[in-house]
Order: sequence, then C-alpha cells, then structure tokens
Amino acid sequence: MKKKRELTFLDSPENRAKIMRYFYITLLILLILDFFVPKHGHFSWELAPEFFAVYGFLALVTLTFIAKALRFFVRRKEDYYEMKRKEGHHD
Amino acid sequence: MINIVPPAAIFIIGAFLIPLLKGRLKSLYMLLLPVLAFIDLLNMAKGKYWIVKFLDYNLIFGRVDNLSMVFGYIFVLITFIGIIYALHVKDDVQHIAAFCYAGGALGITFAGDLFSLYVFWEILAIASVILILARRTDRACKAAFRYFLWHFFGGSCLLAGIILYVYKRGTPEFGYIGLSDLSTYLIFIGFCLNAVVFPLHPWLPDAYPEATVTGAVFMSALTTKSAVYILARTFPGEAILAWAGAFMTCYPIFYAVIENDMRRVLGYSIINQVGFMVCGIGIGTQLAINGAVSHAFVHIIYKALLFMSTGAVLHMTGKIRGTDLGGLYKTMPFTAVCCIIAAASISGFPLTSGFTTKSMTLTAAAKQHLPIIWFMLYYASAGVLHHAGIKVPYFTFFGEDSGIRTKEPPINMRIAMGIAAFICIFLGVYPYPLYKILPYPVDYVPYTAFHVLSMLQLLMFAALAFTLLILSGYHPPEMRAVNLDTDWFLRLPGMEFIRLCKGPLIAFGSFIDKGILKVAYSVISWVRSPILAMRLTPRAIGLGILGVLVIFILLSVFFMMII
Repeated sequence: MKKKRELTFLDSPENRAKIMRYFYITLLILLILDFFVPKHGHFSWELAPEFFAVYGFLALVTLTFIAKALRFFVRRKEDYYEMKRKEGHHD
Repeated sequence: MINIVPPAAIFIIGAFLIPLLKGRLKSLYMLLLPVLAFIDLLNMAKGKYWIVKFLDYNLIFGRVDNLSMVFGYIFVLITFIGIIYALHVKDDVQHIAAFCYAGGALGITFAGDLFSLYVFWEILAIASVILILARRTDRACKAAFRYFLWHFFGGSCLLAGIILYVYKRGTPEFGYIGLSDLSTYLIFIGFCLNAVVFPLHPWLPDAYPEATVTGAVFMSALTTKSAVYILARTFPGEAILAWAGAFMTCYPIFYAVIENDMRRVLGYSIINQVGFMVCGIGIGTQLAINGAVSHAFVHIIYKALLFMSTGAVLHMTGKIRGTDLGGLYKTMPFTAVCCIIAAASISGFPLTSGFTTKSMTLTAAAKQHLPIIWFMLYYASAGVLHHAGIKVPYFTFFGEDSGIRTKEPPINMRIAMGIAAFICIFLGVYPYPLYKILPYPVDYVPYTAFHVLSMLQLLMFAALAFTLLILSGYHPPEMRAVNLDTDWFLRLPGMEFIRLCKGPLIAFGSFIDKGILKVAYSVISWVRSPILAMRLTPRAIGLGILGVLVIFILLSVFFMMII
C-alpha cells in the first residue's frame, strides 16, 4: 500500500528556528516603520510612538493572567453539573 | 420586477420536499434551493409587499430595503455553503431543520410587522433545537433542553412585549422602536437574548458545541446575526447597547483562554464578535451601523469557516478537546490552511475580511470620542487574536503532536471550506462589493498606511506575548474542566429547587396525605358506627371532628360557589 503523505515541516528544529527568526524580524520592521508612517487619529495617544505595539503586548499578557485568576474561581470538574444533579437524586 | 414569493417560503416549503428525493437528485435539489432564493432576492424591488390580512392587522412578509437586503444575501450565501458542507449527511431531519432555520432567519430579515417576526423567531428557535438534538447524544439532548428553555424565556418576553406594543400603538408594523415603555423593554430583552448580550448569553457556549458538526455551521451564522439585524433595525443609537457590546467583546475572551473544547472556544468567540456589532449599533452613527452590518456579513463567513474546519476535525477524529488534539496539520493540511485563513480574518489581519470591516466600528468609536469603549474594543481585538486567531489553530493543528493520523474530510466539506476561505480573502483585498450594498454610503478607506501598521503592531506584538508566555510556561495549560458562567445562578438554584421538591416537599406532601387518610378513616368509622367510634382513642375522635369540619367547610364553599 502507498504510504500516506505527511507534512513534517515543523518537526525539524531548524525550520522552527527559521520561522521564529522571520517572526522577530517582522516585529523589528514594524517597530521601525512606526517612525516613518504618517499618523492620523482621533485620540492623542494613537499618535504616541509604538503605542499599538505596547498596547497589544500588554493586553495579551494581562488577558492571560486575568484568565488564569478566573480559572481559579470558575473551574470545576468536567462532570460538575452531573454530579450536582446526582446528589439531588440521593436525597 | 416581479416579486414571486418570499425567500423564506422557498426554504421552509422547499425543505419538506427533501425526503421525497434520493441520491444525487436530492443533493442537486438542496443546492438548487439557495440558488433559487438568491435569484428571488435579486429580483426583489425595494418597498413593502407580500401583505396578508390577519384579523384587523396587516402581516408584511416583504419589507425590502438596504438593511434587510444585506442580511438576505448573507443568509442565502451561508445556507449555500453550509448545505455543500452537509451534503454527505444522510439524515434528512438535519437538512429539513437547516432549511427551516435559514428560512426563519430570512423571514425575520424581511418581516415588516411584529406578528410575522414572532412566528419566524420561533421557527428559528425550534429548528435550531432540532440541529442540537440531531447529534443524538445524552449531552446534546440535555443541552438542547436548556437551550430551548432560554429561548422559550426570550420568546415569551418578546411575545409579551409585542402584545403590549400592538395594544398601545394599534399596529404591529415596526421600524425604529427605541427604549421607552415596558413593551419596548420586553421586546428589547427578547432581542438581546438572541444577540447573546450579557448576562443572557450562556445558552450559546453551552449548546453550540453540542450541535451536529454540520448544524453548528448554521447555528454560528443565523441566530445571533438575525438578532443583530433586528437590533440594528429597532434599537440603533441606544447608548446601553454601546456599553453592553463593549462588555460583550471583553467578557468572553477570558473564558475562551481557559476553555478546552475548541468549538466552545468558538462559541465564546461568537459572543465577542457579536459584541463588536452590538457596540456599533449602540454607537448608532452611519459609520458605526455600516461597521456592524459589514462585520456581521464577513463574520458569518469566517466564523462558519472556523466551525467547518474544527467540525472537520471532529468529523474525522471524533475529538475536539485541545488536550486530545495537536499536530493535525501533517495529515489535514488543507483544513489547517482554511482554519488559519479564518483565524487571520477573525483577528482582523490586513488583507482579510475582518480588517476591512471591524476597523469601521473601531473608527466610529473614536470619531464619537468614546475613549473607554475604544480601549475595550482594541483590548478585545488583541484577545480575539489569542483565542480564535492562535489558540484554535495552534492547539488543533500544531502544538504538541497528539499522534493522531487521519486524512482530509470528504470533498464536499473541502469545497465548502474553500469557498468560504476564498470569500474571506476576496473581501479583505477588495471590500468594495460589500461596501456597495451596505445600508449607508461608505466613505471609509480601510487601507491607509497607519491603519495597516497599527493593526499589525497590535496583533503581532500580542502574538509575541503569546509566544513568550507559551515558551516560558506561564500560559495556562489546556485542562479538562467546566468553567462556571452566569447560568450557574440558574442551574444551581434550579437543581436545589428540584432537591427541595424531592426531599422536604415530598415528605410534607406525604405527611398531609397520611393525615387526610386518617381523617377519612375516622369519618368512615363514625358513619358506620358512632357508638363504636366513641370507644376509640380521643385522638381519633379529634381527627373525626376535624374531618367533619373540613367536609362542612368544603360543602359550604361549594354551595357558595353555586349560588
């Protein structure tokens, strides 16, 4: 039987490193472009240098940590509601 | 122009002919229905028609203007794509339900009076319940029941509001309603429930992931977006909607981060996206309404594509949890690419449809000088990138290799995904066909250097944060768990109530039963032999007297009622 074709591009560490390198270069270019692109905005902070980069980064970091804290409060076992219902049956 | 028949009728009546056909003819027929509906739409002139007299009122099945046409087009388009995706399904019930569902959405879109609106509203709810039940699992059955209860509540509010509204104004015709008296608040609650406005939202992440693979595609498109349409029609510029919408964009993203079921993540993501639209409607300027409507249009396509690609994974592997998946790009590259295109679109990357539409709402918030809302919307934009943009494709197709080896889904599924992916890119590169059909003239230029750069910076640096968090191990791992939402406040008291009924209330009831039996026995013994009964214990005598008294009271009440 013919062996199934499989993509293994991301299995090699070199390829992964290459992708990361392109990713960081893109980020750098975006930071540099910020100084050359004509800006227009309705709020003063939109015109501040690198505002959106900083806001995007901070947004995701805070999002992750708030979500982690939220998990502490709202996380229950997968069968939480089923167990609650069963408790009712035993009464 | 000839207005032959309402497009809703094509779907709803056409649906019931499906079981009569077989094989390829059936497939062809199902594909033909949306095409017919589309031709019908193209021939529909603007105005009000298909008016039917009902009691003293006029039912209007064709209120056609720019706003209703946009939604008409997209509902027909997504039905076409959804049906292609579902062609391999042999279960006729699902097909009938899907067409009735889409028919309901089209009916809502073109309804010019509240009575016919309500009927289509309920058709929509019932058809969608069937698409959940059709999964035929115990979980789906229970979720469908809860879903039905929510919509029953929303529908009841709506109906009560409509009755009050018509009673007061004398006509069921409606246009702009606006919040003023009780009737409008009730109608508003009914609409908001379908538009997943907090805290009336938990039905969506609860029920959608339990729907069938193909049913979820329709569900992601129709219920919430028809509610968005109706809010844009009836409550534009309502300040409370702007705030509710902004809150909706932020609230679910935290849940999406910690959710494990990929289709449930997408459910939370729908709330987030509808939040942008509701916010736009609340802002209410022409630019904001255009933003909301165009966002609804493209959102239907890319969210359906996300549901299609994750659905394809569920269809092929039977698994959907982030903890069970990973590395599927190796064997499902086409599905992975489609998922990435949808993920890029929903995140709003330039050259995708999310960028050319969502940015209108963002700009509208800025133009109206609403800084807090503006910050919330941008925060949520970064959040979208996290859960829908990266998390779904990453944990499904990349991430740690789960060892699952499968293959691409059936050809019809791939074609449907391909069409949706093409539209995502096409409207991102060339949004003008969409801009042309929006309710208000568009003088918005999406592709300025600054727009592109600011969005790219926001998204790419959010992606950088995600990468660093994953690499450093700070990112919350995928876990099998249930995360409590506002429905906890209903479900737990509900369960406690049933417990109360089963325990103390039943005990109380049986106590009363026993008491009455005792009374009855003593009455019988009195009647049979008063002297013998006199010899019984004093307690029995007391009960006997009580019994006679009760009978006396009952008889007197009975006679009073007769007189």
